[in-house]
Amino acid sequence: MDTEILGVLVLFIVTVLLAIPLGKYCAKVFKGEKTWLDLLKPVEKMIFKISGIDPDEEMDWKQNMKAMLWLNVIFFVWAFVILITQSLHPFWNPDGIASMEPTTAFNTAISFMTNTNLQHYSGETGASYFTQLLVFCFLQFVSAATGIAAMALLFKGIVQKQATHLGNFYQLFLKSSTRILLPISVLVAIILVIQGIPSTFEGAAPVITLEGDTVNVARGPVAPMVTIKQLGTNGGGYFGPNSTHPFENPNYITNLIENCIILLIPIALVFAFGFYIGKPKVGYYFFGAMTVIFMSFVAISIYYEMSGNPNITAMGIDNTLGNMEGKEMRFGTAASSMWGVSTTSTSNGSVNSMHDSHTPLSGGIFILDMMINAIYGGVGVGFINFFVFVVIAVFISGLMVGRTPELFGKKIEAKEVKIAALVAIAHPFFILVSTAIASYLAANNPDIGWLANPSFHGFSEMLYEFTSAAANNGSGFEGLGDATPFWNILCGVVMILGRFIPIIGPIAIAGSLASKKYIPESAGTLKVESFAFTAVLLSVIIIIAALSFFPALALGPIAEFFSR
Amino acid sequence: MKNYWISLRLTLVTVILFGVLYPLAITGVAKLIAPNSGRGKEVSVNNTVVGFELIGQKFDDPKYFNSRPSAVDYNAASTGGSNKGPSNPEYLAMVEERIRTFLKENPSVKKENIPVDLVTASGGGLDPHISPQAAYIQVERIARARNIPETKIIELVNSHVEKPLFNLFGTTTVHVLKLNIALDKLN
Repeated sequence: MDTEILGVLVLFIVTVLLAIPLGKYCAKVFKGEKTWLDLLKPVEKMIFKISGIDPDEEMDWKQNMKAMLWLNVIFFVWAFVILITQSLHPFWNPDGIASMEPTTAFNTAISFMTNTNLQHYSGETGASYFTQLLVFCFLQFVSAATGIAAMALLFKGIVQKQATHLGNFYQLFLKSSTRILLPISVLVAIILVIQGIPSTFEGAAPVITLEGDTVNVARGPVAPMVTIKQLGTNGGGYFGPNSTHPFENPNYITNLIENCIILLIPIALVFAFGFYIGKPKVGYYFFGAMTVIFMSFVAISIYYEMSGNPNITAMGIDNTLGNMEGKEMRFGTAASSMWGVSTTSTSNGSVNSMHDSHTPLSGGIFILDMMINAIYGGVGVGFINFFVFVVIAVFISGLMVGRTPELFGKKIEAKEVKIAALVAIAHPFFILVSTAIASYLAANNPDIGWLANPSFHGFSEMLYEFTSAAANNGSGFEGLGDATPFWNILCGVVMILGRFIPIIGPIAIAGSLASKKYIPESAGTLKVESFAFTAVLLSVIIIIAALSFFPALALGPIAEFFSR
Repeated sequence: MKNYWISLRLTLVTVILFGVLYPLAITGVAKLIAPNSGRGKEVSVNNTVVGFELIGQKFDDPKYFNSRPSAVDYNAASTGGSNKGPSNPEYLAMVEERIRTFLKENPSVKKENIPVDLVTASGGGLDPHISPQAAYIQVERIARARNIPETKIIELVNSHVEKPLFNLFGTTTVHVLKLNIALDKLN
């Protein structure tokens, strides 16, 4: 078999095998059961004490959401202030990077706070070492922990019986950071350093090359930041071109490791849900449903990338390597497609090839993947998004069999379905409205200079950007000239709405489910862990995505595919 | 207001933990266990640093194996890809031009043997590798420019082909800088 495809298969299998025990472990952490990392307890205790937190205080869903929002407000203010004062920092700025322009700083602060990591600046020229660590690396931990903690509240709401409290956000937040993110990061960062990713505070190195050119090679404390960027589905690169840059991703082994940790926690948390509610089978069925879509997307993307760009085949050269524009020789096309689907599924957003240069349908698959935004999904929030689809699928199944729908022993009533429907509609609403505004402006101002490519592909660039912002993904069709106040501000607003509405809505549902009476299973209960329900669920996901997004996709990638 | 003070203090503590202690610890470990790779894997010839193993360099001299095109001309201080779409006419014209230039510099090469990596730019603009085929079709030109028999250079390329991981996973490549350093030593 082709060595490139074999690499993709092994990567996926190993990741799933690692995710199952990790999922079991995560469920234990959320429940507060004993684990071997209890040795971190004194550190956590100290942090709770300094912060004035009572970790055992039970809070209802509103108190928890208030805690989450306040914490995020402080994250934003911290990031924004550091970014606009970058040039004044006393140390860790060996290359003399200037302060960030305010609207770019606004966009960047929101971007990292919301776990999006859309980057309208370029790392090696726009961010000092101080910023890379105290803003980006820091937020990559805590924004991931925010998502995981929110999801743990949802878990609690589902198993809770006739009580209003969902646990303590602060406690779940800190434990997600110290028990899940930090230990894996330390381990992986060390492996990546051994594989050649730099971790140094020395500035850029001037070098005279073999041909006699002088180049300045940018570097820095790359390894620690790259690790958490992948693990926490953040995706914000240390350098401008992200994980295509050899210092972020030097060889095929690092590519396997980084791609593995992009998928690891998102998949583990699906299993964790099953273990948490005491029905591991539910986790496996949910994973199966997601994997059907994931693998189809991988196959489509690999097929078109390995076939190559037909316009180049027509030139009469040897095109057997596939579509190599924007790709690295050390990864090849198959590993680039696998990464592309992984990163858009999980709202990670780092890239190991330039998505703008992918063939039309491969690029289109990436956009569709972010439109669904629930195939494994971002850490924590991915499962929350998926849960919204589950609620809708349960409701529709209930209508089909003509009885009040139940989910995990709780009645799903009008209130829950209304919230779920609003959340499901919000995502397409943000994407399509903002893309429409941008398209209108671009069409009426031909000299606006936003687009790197003409025609349908230019439209795809704008559609991609807002889809990425709303999905809190962060990757881009990077040809788009997006470092302007219009893109900075509109994308910033879309990122905030796309982050917090899909968290608050489902947590409100969880709060409402928690207070309901538990109905024991009977012969008439709809079994979530069944092929029939999985089929309904998949149909719901595909119908919602197809109905709301097909017209936009038809104007972009699909039109480009048929027109060349 | 209680949430506000808690959040402020929790932010400061976690900034120190994740923004300062964690990266310092990793950098410290890097210094101990992998001093060269932690700084970016410098490559030296006769005790002069000529580059980093991971970072591709611009080679367009006929007497060297040429690297892939780069959207940033191998500027390692400001990196990136072309971000050109596959049907962009401007981009396709650029690829045609690269093919013409290559054929002019390598008149004995047939067009259908030019591998696509030699006429397309990488994502980061610093790709250190080319495909083996991209190396072999440059042999004749280099042999002429350096006055070395072709067979010797072919042998050199053979010994620089990097196989897939465990011969099973990934792509087959040639590291351009290593190959060119070895080429200089032939003379």
